Amino acid sequence: MAEKKPKTRTIAVNIIARVEGEGALRVTVKDGVVQDVELRIFEPPRFFEAFLQGRHYDEVPDIVARICGICPVAYQMSAVHALEQIFGIQVTGALRDLRRLIYCGEWIESHALHVYMLQAPDFLGYDSGIAMAKDHANIVTRGLRLKKSGNAIMTLLGGRSVHPVSVKVGGFSRVPRRRELEGLKDELLWARDAAVETVRWVAGFEYPDFLPDSTFVALRSPEEYPFNEGQIVSNNGLQISAAEFEQHFFERQVSYSTALHCTLQGSSYIVGPLARLNLNHHQLLPLAKQVLEDSGLALPLRNPFHGILARSVEILYALEESLRLIERYEPPPLPAVPVVVRPGTGMACTEAPRGILYHRYRVDGDGIIREAKIVPPTSQNQGRIEQDLRLFMPRLLNLPDKKVALACERVIRCYDPCISCATHFLKLDISREGAA
Amino acid sequence: MGDRPVQHRGTTKKAARPTLGVFKFASCDGCQLSILNLEDDLLALGQVLDIAYFPEASSEMRAGPYDIALIEGSITTPEDAHRILSVREQAKVLITIGACATAGGIQALRNWADVEAFKQVVYPSPQYIQSLSTSTPISEHVRVDFELWGCPIDKAQLLSVLTDLLAGMQPKLPTHPVCVDCKRRGIVCVMVAKGIPCLGPVTRTGCGAICPSMGRDCYGCFGPAEGTVQGPGLPPNTSSLAKEFHHGLQLIPVEVLRRFRGINGSVKPFRDESLIWEHEKRET
Repeated sequence: MAEKKPKTRTIAVNIIARVEGEGALRVTVKDGVVQDVELRIFEPPRFFEAFLQGRHYDEVPDIVARICGICPVAYQMSAVHALEQIFGIQVTGALRDLRRLIYCGEWIESHALHVYMLQAPDFLGYDSGIAMAKDHANIVTRGLRLKKSGNAIMTLLGGRSVHPVSVKVGGFSRVPRRRELEGLKDELLWARDAAVETVRWVAGFEYPDFLPDSTFVALRSPEEYPFNEGQIVSNNGLQISAAEFEQHFFERQVSYSTALHCTLQGSSYIVGPLARLNLNHHQLLPLAKQVLEDSGLALPLRNPFHGILARSVEILYALEESLRLIERYEPPPLPAVPVVVRPGTGMACTEAPRGILYHRYRVDGDGIIREAKIVPPTSQNQGRIEQDLRLFMPRLLNLPDKKVALACERVIRCYDPCISCATHFLKLDISREGAA
Repeated sequence: MGDRPVQHRGTTKKAARPTLGVFKFASCDGCQLSILNLEDDLLALGQVLDIAYFPEASSEMRAGPYDIALIEGSITTPEDAHRILSVREQAKVLITIGACATAGGIQALRNWADVEAFKQVVYPSPQYIQSLSTSTPISEHVRVDFELWGCPIDKAQLLSVLTDLLAGMQPKLPTHPVCVDCKRRGIVCVMVAKGIPCLGPVTRTGCGAICPSMGRDCYGCFGPAEGTVQGPGLPPNTSSLAKEFHHGLQLIPVEVLRRFRGINGSVKPFRDESLIWEHEKRET
């Protein structure tokens, strides 16, 4: 009696390219049905939350910056806001504006890198931005100059763009003179035009027809597009303060990953540019609003492949906002608000380029960190990436393994995952069992 | 060090372009980003070098051998301790980029702690985590031809080293302390003027004295300077600086310890100094 034996088909990609950090993907297909999707992060753990214990609070911005070279400002911002909550400090006026400005620089730099060098090659059919430059030199050059304009903001305010040095609890170690900021204006005006071109260029790409049903989570503030403040909101009615984060979001560990998976009431959700834009588009400045409207796309954007478009719109917003902040800048009387240490626990959430970044610290009376907890955006998006892959895979199953792998990588790159951040990411390994 | 510089003649068209591989171990990606941050020079670099392996930037990943291998990150897992051996076998010239690859990095703070306890702080199920008890520089595992310090590296230093290699020259970078850069740039000394405990007198040049220029202390991103007192190739006078922190600026021993046990806390001169103050801490 011949019992039909399930056939196994295995597809393997060992390192997912054009993402920050290292990881793999394992997909099991049995009798043509997708069984398991495991995004495996094998980036080695670095134990930041553990070695922050026993350090002085003023060392925290320098230490947490090292979690991620692509978004150090985000780590510094979430940290200083959480610590300021403990010490009862409010950072307002020009110092608050400068924090928004350095964050704008990081969004521009990080988003331009992803749009031009990491994700656009997928749409135009190249292995890399560098390879794309052979046929599209003007476009790649524009992208690199755009990226550089973001770096210029970070370098002026922070001393350098990777691991800036001036951010501290209470403000900055040094604030710029008015004319130093004015020196940025010409380049930022060029970059604003280039950002308009970027949105138009990206809006013309061919997008796969893919509309999964997702929950979007982002900060929302009454006055402006969010960076450092606001309530954590979703399109499904969530509205909480950062202090309530751990009552709604839970991290769980899976055996195949060094990154923890975070869920919202047991379900996956999206953070980052797509979520922010869907929940905050009414707060865009006039030019970004107009260019988005001209693109003819209806909001909310539910197709994860539109992440590149949301990112491009945010580059434009960040440039408009930078110019607005520079225009009204008057140097503050002191570079930082004085700190009086007191013991306590503080939580803060800010909008890293890839989405909300939560920090909690407990500090003793000497200003020493006794406990630290950090939830990065990529560990929040992981569940949603796996879910999207599960939904996107069925249409790929007739393709040869190599093409399936490439298509999966494209889905993953929509999220601009930062594996270095999450480890606390990719190799693709698809096993197929049965007829595919 | 560097006994086999890359032979590049640049006369024949295709075959002569040396191949470059960029490899990542435990790190934050910041030094690889510094390569992408070359911006104006990045496309030019793509023309003189054949970028054969750089997963963060390209889906095209070719097998070795490579003429130049740039290594980011430190060794923290059994798999990585094995992988670096294979990278070394495939590389003619191997260069470490940044504090992690050169000195173990910030994650080397685990070297003073119980990693099992660390796992329990961060992970609910620590048994899934494969991790060595130490974070070690690449040079503890394989021969390294040149080391680039910095957290992150300075992109001008990276270009200088690559240019030297392409010209068939032995790369050379200055090793004097940050202090000298401050004097040259006319930056007011933060330690003298504001009483801030600055590591500039013992830290290697490379950043351009960014921190003092931003009104704060140097915190040692580029590792120990060489030859400040004892002579070329010899360690900086950390003990004199530490005593000034303690007696002059009134830092208590644990504060002196934390100054030296930071980004490059595992590299010998800084490690030895921090151990002295750990002892002091226990005595007081």
